Parts: sequence; structure tokens; C-alpha cells
Amino acid sequence: MSNKPAIAFENAAYGIGNLSAEFSFARAPGSVTAILGPSGAGKSTLLNLAAGFLTPARGEIRIHGEIVNHLPPAQRGISMVFQDNNLFPHLDIRTNIGLGLDPALRLDASGWATVDSALERVDLEGFGPRLPSTLSGGERQRVALARAFARRRPLLLLDEPFDGLGPGLAADMLALMLEIRADVAATVLMVTHDPDEARAAADEILFIASGRIAADTPAPGFFERRDLPALDAYLGRSSDPDHVPTE
Amino acid sequence: MLTRAEHRAARSGGVAALLAIGLALAVPIAVMVAYGADAGLGAGLGPGQGDYLWRITRFTLLQAGLSTLLSVALAVPLARALARRPAFFGRRGLINLFALPLGLPPLVAALGLIEIWGRNGVANKGLALFGIETPFSIYGLTGILLAHVFFNLPLATRLILPTLERLPPEYWKTAANLGLKGWTLFRLIEWPAMRKSVAGAAGLVFMLCATSFTLVLVLGGGPAATTLEVAIYQALRFDFAPGRAVLLSTIQVALTLTIMAALKLIAAPADPGDTKGGGSARPDAQGGFQVLSDAVLIGLSGLFVAGPMAAVIGAGLVADLPRLLTDPLFWRATATSLGIGLVSATLATALSSLLIRARHSAGEPADTAALGLLSASSGAAGSLTLLAPPVVLGAGWFLMLGGGAGQLFAPLAAIIVINALMALPFVMRVLEPAHRTAMARNSRLALSLGVTGFNRIRQVDLPAMALPLTTGFVFALALSLGDLGAIALFGSDRIMTLPWLLYQKLGSYRTDDAAGLALLLGGTTMALILLADRLGRRDGNDRA
Repeated sequence: MSNKPAIAFENAAYGIGNLSAEFSFARAPGSVTAILGPSGAGKSTLLNLAAGFLTPARGEIRIHGEIVNHLPPAQRGISMVFQDNNLFPHLDIRTNIGLGLDPALRLDASGWATVDSALERVDLEGFGPRLPSTLSGGERQRVALARAFARRRPLLLLDEPFDGLGPGLAADMLALMLEIRADVAATVLMVTHDPDEARAAADEILFIASGRIAADTPAPGFFERRDLPALDAYLGRSSDPDHVPTE
Repeated sequence: MLTRAEHRAARSGGVAALLAIGLALAVPIAVMVAYGADAGLGAGLGPGQGDYLWRITRFTLLQAGLSTLLSVALAVPLARALARRPAFFGRRGLINLFALPLGLPPLVAALGLIEIWGRNGVANKGLALFGIETPFSIYGLTGILLAHVFFNLPLATRLILPTLERLPPEYWKTAANLGLKGWTLFRLIEWPAMRKSVAGAAGLVFMLCATSFTLVLVLGGGPAATTLEVAIYQALRFDFAPGRAVLLSTIQVALTLTIMAALKLIAAPADPGDTKGGGSARPDAQGGFQVLSDAVLIGLSGLFVAGPMAAVIGAGLVADLPRLLTDPLFWRATATSLGIGLVSATLATALSSLLIRARHSAGEPADTAALGLLSASSGAAGSLTLLAPPVVLGAGWFLMLGGGAGQLFAPLAAIIVINALMALPFVMRVLEPAHRTAMARNSRLALSLGVTGFNRIRQVDLPAMALPLTTGFVFALALSLGDLGAIALFGSDRIMTLPWLLYQKLGSYRTDDAAGLALLLGGTTMALILLADRLGRRDGNDRA
């Protein structure tokens, strides 16, 4: 298992015409990948295919070597964190995390102990009985991370999870996410539109443009590349390679 | 945001509308009370009639309770199935189809139901093919329940479905990711989201069934299956026992009052027709057997609702339409119906506009206690008319006019007023949100340009409200065209509307004529409702 990629797309395609997307890439276990690209390029499609919310029309998606094209989302060994609405608003924090351990909420004492220690892990001790609406946006995202921590699934998918939190808070959350990833030894795919976030957290980059992977490279040095017109357009700088930025 | 003169105009308009509505409600009720006091309550009752009252009240509650239970118990799984399958072929059509019963005259629907479920109907013939020779009867409790579910299953579904569709897509993704399904998904996610709308829908359906008149009149059989509404009609029209009518009306009003008070405790339901015919993707939905069971449930419900309507069309087309269309009586009834409908729809739209404008002017929250009262009573005026169902109101007018026999204008006016009051809550529900949006959008601009007073109404407000005003008007027209409640009390050789003509043809077993009439009447009102639904949706899209 160790020599097989944690996740791999082999010409996995979805949609038709202008909206079509097709992806091929592979990621080693334990890696952290930032997925970048203009809006509408297909970042979320890629994540939805990996999670099992969409089924590819062609090609294969493999997790630890196994083809998972038709495997339901719950059986893929994945935890997810979205930008919003990670928690069911009418259920208290403990229940929201507990559901991540057993979908029918049949938890014994040790199950609930896991829930409490996950809350402790994200510094939200004692928040268990509260409703999500009584928490701040950052605290709610920490609960979502606590659930991922309690679930200990080998893949962690994040869809712009720290967007709208403000730079300081986002950086703290990113650090917490990386710690949790290390605890669980998970492989991370993270959609973001913030180059700083990608620089700070990711080992590798997938740059998506028009439904295709335009660049699949290590993170260091990626943003300095001048051979990708799509990247220049995305970052809003002149595409003339001889042009030296004055700032 | 209005000028001082505009505020004054809006508030006096509201007060005038309230006075008019109050008068239309109070006068007949006062007459009834006077009648009751005169005759001494209970004088209309012979020995042993206490039993009769108790039996009718009990049956009214029983059939309303069972109808509500059946409609909602079916609507919940149906709404779940529809929300789970946001993209199947024909989904949009089905949801549009579910808007139609709201505008179908109950009498026409009863005819369609008899075509399907009656003694010689499709269902019993189908059962006979399999050698089951026990045709069940559509008359009595079974038929009443069948008809009430036909009307209210679509209504309840349209109220409940949007609350599921409005949940953010991340919930369904999280549910899929965590593996929530079946009972757990229902208990933890779907039910908490639906709960309020289910309670609201149940309350509304109960209210509608407890005051249902036409369906019980046609499908209920004899004293064993009679409701308060029908008993009032019989007391006035056949037995001329005003004392009993007053007593029955008192019970009916007390009943609706209790139900409305209970409804206030649970939240009011959202507007039907909120659904745009597509929800978010449902990665948590399962394939295989569940697809099949969802398809069966959705398909059967669609058939159940479409069947009677198709039967009306089918039977109408084979009827002798040319003969019907050359019958002067038909044209007289059409003219009367249209006249009543147009006037009462105009009245309902005008009253609603005045009330809404006054409510807007009074502000939210109102600046003074007097304005608060104006705002609250304008809002309540709409639902107050639900308190006294058409037959109860009609009973008051009937007593006031001494039965209305031999008169022409007074009974016509009574029918028009009753129809307008009946449509008021529906029209207000269409107009109020649109008016709020238009005000928010245009007020500052109009003020800054100095377009005020009559100019503003003509140049800014009326054009902005044209679409919702048309929607409300069309809706009120359809309701009035299909109404049998008021005309049943006042109908005569001189005052003949289409539903009344249809009812008489049914009574004299002219089934061929009845089928043709039902097609023409039902076709017209359904086209109007579709139009209103379409206009309302276009307006909704504009605002979105």
C-alpha cells in the first residue's frame, strides 16, 4: 500500500462541451496539495469527483490503488471541510461530531470520549452542548476540523475552508489543520484561492485552468513561474516574460 | 418611504377598506345574532336534535382530522422523494400539475373523481378485470376523504418541499460523506427542516377541510356524512329553519376560531409555489431499490392527481359540446359568472391594495399605537375572512334579505361581496411581498426626483406592481368563477352561474351536459391558475 498513491485520477472526466473537465494526477500518502485556479475552472468539480459527490463519465479514480468510481462517498475514507454549513444548525456540537463517528449516532462511552477529546484538541472544551449558531465562524470551522480529527480518515478534502475568516485567524486555522493532518497521517487536497495559504501549507500545487490541469508541480517556486499565461492572468500580472515587476 | 400627503392618503385608504370589510362581515353576523336572540337559541331544535348537532360537529371534525392525517402522511414521504431526485424527467411538470387543484372548482373535481373512483369509474372497472367485484362507493366518508386528499396532498407537498430544497447543498454532501441515510437522515436532518412547514400545512389543510362545502355536498351522503357547512345550507334552503342555521353557524365560527388560534401557535406556512422545480444535487441519495420506490411513489401520486383532471377532459370532449354551446341558458350563466367574477376580483384586488399600502405606511414597527392597530388589523383583515366561511357569511345575508327570493341586485351584491372576501387572503399573500420589494427598490429614487402623489402611483408604483396585481386579480377571478358556496344559497332561475348550472345538471342526472360544462368551467379556471402561477413565478425571478 505504501508504494501506491493515496489518490490518483486517470483521465477522470466529467461534463461535456465547454463545461467539460478531465483530470490526471497522483498524490503520495501524507502529501499536502493546494488546488488553485480561476473561478469556474473546475476546482470544485475535481474535489466533488474525489469525494464521490459526482461520478466520472470516463476514466478512473483510485484511492490507495483501488478503483472507487462507484463507491459511495461514505465508504471512501474521506473527511471533508467546506467553507460554510459544515455543521447541522439544529444539532449541538457533540452530536455534529458524533455523527462523524457513527451515522446512526450509536456511540458508546468511549465513542463520546473520542468526541470530547477531539473538542479538546481544537481548544473548544466544554462547547459540546452548544448549538452552532452560538459559535463564531472560526469556532465553527474548528469544530469541523475536530470532526475530521475524530474520524481519522486517510484523506482530507478542504473546499476553501478558511475563506472569510480574516488573515490572522486563517493562518491559525491552517496551522491547526496541518497539526491534525500530521496526527492522523492524512493526505490533503485543499482548494484555495489564496496564494499565501498555498505557499504556507502545501508541498505541491495543482493549477487548474479551463477544466484541465495546467500545472502539477512542487509548491516552492511555483508562483515565480512565468511560462504559464493562465497563471499570470490568475495572479493579475503582465504575461510578458521580459517584464520585470517594479514592486 | 412616502411623503406626508402620501402617508395620509395610504392611511385613510386603509381605514376605508377596513370599514368596508368590517361592515360586510359585521352586518350579516349582527343580523344572525339578532335572529338567534329573537328565536331564542335552540328554538330551532326539536326534541332529540341535540344529538343531531353533536353528530354533525363530530363528523365535521372527524373527516377534517382524517383528511389532514392522510394528506400530510402522504405529503411527507412524497416531498422527501421529490427532494431526493432533483433532476428526473417531468419533475417540473409534476410540480406545476400540483398547482392546478388549487384553482379547480371543487364541483368539477368531484365530477372527475367520480369518473375515476365512482361505481362505473376507471378504478372499479380495473378491479373488476381482476375479478374483484366489490366496487367501493365514492359516496360517504370514503369519497370525502378521497376528494380532500386530491386537493390537499398537492398543496401540502408544495408547502413542504421548498423547506427541504432550501437547505444548503453542503448538508447533503456532509450527509453523504458521513454516510447518513434512511431513518437517521430523516430524524436528524430532514424532519427538523420540515417540521415547521408540516405543522403549518397540517393546520391549513385541517382548516380547509373543516370548512369544505361543495365536496361534502356532492360526495357526502345523507345525514350520516354531513358537515356543519352543508347542514347550514340545508337548514336555510330546504327546511327554512333560521334558528338552526344560526346555531350551526355559531358552532362553525367557534370551531374555526379555535383552529385559527391553534394555528397562531404553530408557524404560518410558507407560500406555496416557492419551489422553482429544482433543488440542489443529492449525492446522499441511494440508487437501486430506493430509486424504484421513489419512482413508484412519485408516479402514483402524479396519477392520483392527474387522473380526475384527465377524466374531466375526456368526458367533456365526448359530450355534446355543440348543443351546450347553443343553449342560451349556458350563455346567460357564463355572462353572470364572468360579471360576478370580474367585479369581485376587482373588489378583492382594490381592497388588498389599500390594506397593503396602509400597512406599509404604518411602518414596521409602527410608530404609534394607533398605527400599530391599523397595521395589525389590515394584516388580520385577510385572515379574518377565513373565520366566517362563505356559507356562514351567506347565511347572514340570506336572513337579512329574507331569503332573497324574487330579488335580483341584493343577492348579486351579496355573492360578489362574499366572493371578494373569500379571495382576499390569497390576493394579499401575492401582493404584499411584491409591494415590499417595489417600495424598497423605488422609494428613495422617487422621493429624490420629486415624483410624488398621484404621479408616483401612476408612473412608479402601478407599473412596478402590474405583474403581481394581474396575478392576484386572475387568482381571485378563478376562485369566484368556481365558487358554489354563495350561489348555492342565492341561486335561482334569475341568478344562474356556471357552477350552479352544473350542480343542477348533476341533480337532474343530465350527466352528458354536466361533463361538457365541467370541461369548459374547469378548463377556464385551470388556465387562469396556470397563468397566475406563471406570472407569479416570472415576478419571483425578477426579484431574485
